Amino acid sequence: MSFSIPAGLEAEIDELITHYPVRRSASLMLLHAIQEHFGWVSPEAVQWTAAKLGLEPINVHELLTFYPMFRQAAPGRHQIKVCRTLSCALGGSHALHRHVCERLGLDAGAHGLQTTKDGKFSVEFVECLAGCGSAPVMMCGDDFHEGVSGKKADEILGGCK
Amino acid sequence: MAQEYKLILKHADEPGYTPDIECYLRHGGYDSLRKALTVPVVELSDGKKKSAQEQIREDVMKSGLRGRGGAGFSCGLKWSFVDRRSGKPIYLICNADESEPGTFKDRQIIHKDPHQLIEGMIISCFANDVKLAYIYIRGEMPKGAKILNQALKEARAKNLLGKNILGTGYDLEIHVHRGAGAYICGEETGLIESLEGKRPYPRIKPPYFPAVLGLYMCPTIVNNVETLCNVKHIVGMGGAEFAKLGTPNNTGTRIVSLSGQVKRPGYYEIEVGKATLGQLIHDPEFGGGLLDGRKLKAVIPGGSSSKVLKAGEKFKLKRKVDGKDVEERPIFLIFLMISIRFSKRAP
Repeated sequence: MSFSIPAGLEAEIDELITHYPVRRSASLMLLHAIQEHFGWVSPEAVQWTAAKLGLEPINVHELLTFYPMFRQAAPGRHQIKVCRTLSCALGGSHALHRHVCERLGLDAGAHGLQTTKDGKFSVEFVECLAGCGSAPVMMCGDDFHEGVSGKKADEILGGCK
Repeated sequence: MAQEYKLILKHADEPGYTPDIECYLRHGGYDSLRKALTVPVVELSDGKKKSAQEQIREDVMKSGLRGRGGAGFSCGLKWSFVDRRSGKPIYLICNADESEPGTFKDRQIIHKDPHQLIEGMIISCFANDVKLAYIYIRGEMPKGAKILNQALKEARAKNLLGKNILGTGYDLEIHVHRGAGAYICGEETGLIESLEGKRPYPRIKPPYFPAVLGLYMCPTIVNNVETLCNVKHIVGMGGAEFAKLGTPNNTGTRIVSLSGQVKRPGYYEIEVGKATLGQLIHDPEFGGGLLDGRKLKAVIPGGSSSKVLKAGEKFKLKRKVDGKDVEERPIFLIFLMISIRFSKRAP
């Protein structure tokens, strides 16, 4: 499989690298940019990033395996993150997670990221999203939703094309 | 009667207040920066001169400002640890990795009033001869990162940031750096490792303070979002005036994050020490009491590392120093988050 970075993305990446006096510092921002474009970070993308920053591939791979937001396999097109930390747990986040999983035909009891067979949705529990005052909260893609009831979750899922 | 006192959140929730620079300027935005940049050099009686930067740092020390990240360390003291003779560049990092369970104040500032943070940051950078600064925002706040990038762009366009700021010859660049979902990045040395493009393993201490060896082994200041916003107000009103807010050894205001099973969860800004936990939970202008049918079991006054306070538990707020009773800081002054747990509704 050949791997190539489109010119627009590479220009964005080159600009990001200028933000730092040491190239390695740009690693996280490069991985974000790559993941936003491809949906995940492939082994080829790790090689490419390492070469771009003058690093060994392990220097980039170890970030991928540490930081929970980076994906080593393609997730669903719409990623649902339900907060499960204390305030949200008290506010009903487990019921919300179960509701979302059941609606999408996923196993609410399974560990880790769950993706629907058609690749449209991924659902996972995450730690505190800093929205404790309006629990339970969840993210759908980049959008942050507060006080999410079952009905509101249905509307959010329904709005995903 | 305890009540809210809005300093940082003065405008954030006003109807019609928007996060763009024009709105901020209409509300007196960047006046404190202009004031800071034009503080005249003072001639001392011994013939030495005191620069604008030194005067601002002194004012922050005088204000008694404590860090709003959680540890409550004196901001002026932290700045005083910076090694200014090393010849290395000095960096400033805004810690916007708000991920302590129960804390949700910085998100409000970033989303609703990003220029207040940027103004506080520019002033803090100027006062510490910083030429390059970063805002480390947690990865789960992609919208916040976009808002900050937009705000930085607006500030650059008005020459409030970049080369030769407002014709003073001072250069500063600020960039947004995104985390990727790791709680440990909130710890300042872990955050620095992360910003260097590594796994965020906290550094072995000593050295104890990044002020001596921080980012790229250069002197580095790491301050919380709310702390940096306070710097803007300290310059605006003067350190002595700021110190009149709150209590003598814990000054200013604090944004309290109230969550759990109260009637009115949310964020409330109060003068430090001017409301008790009970008032925050029960007063109608704060938590408004427990949800119907609930009984108070415990309160977590701040983050996972704080002691869980059980309902009805009594605490000694005095300690002996040199045989005398010294008043301790009341517990909630130190912490910034309140979660409330309750027993299940009786059947």
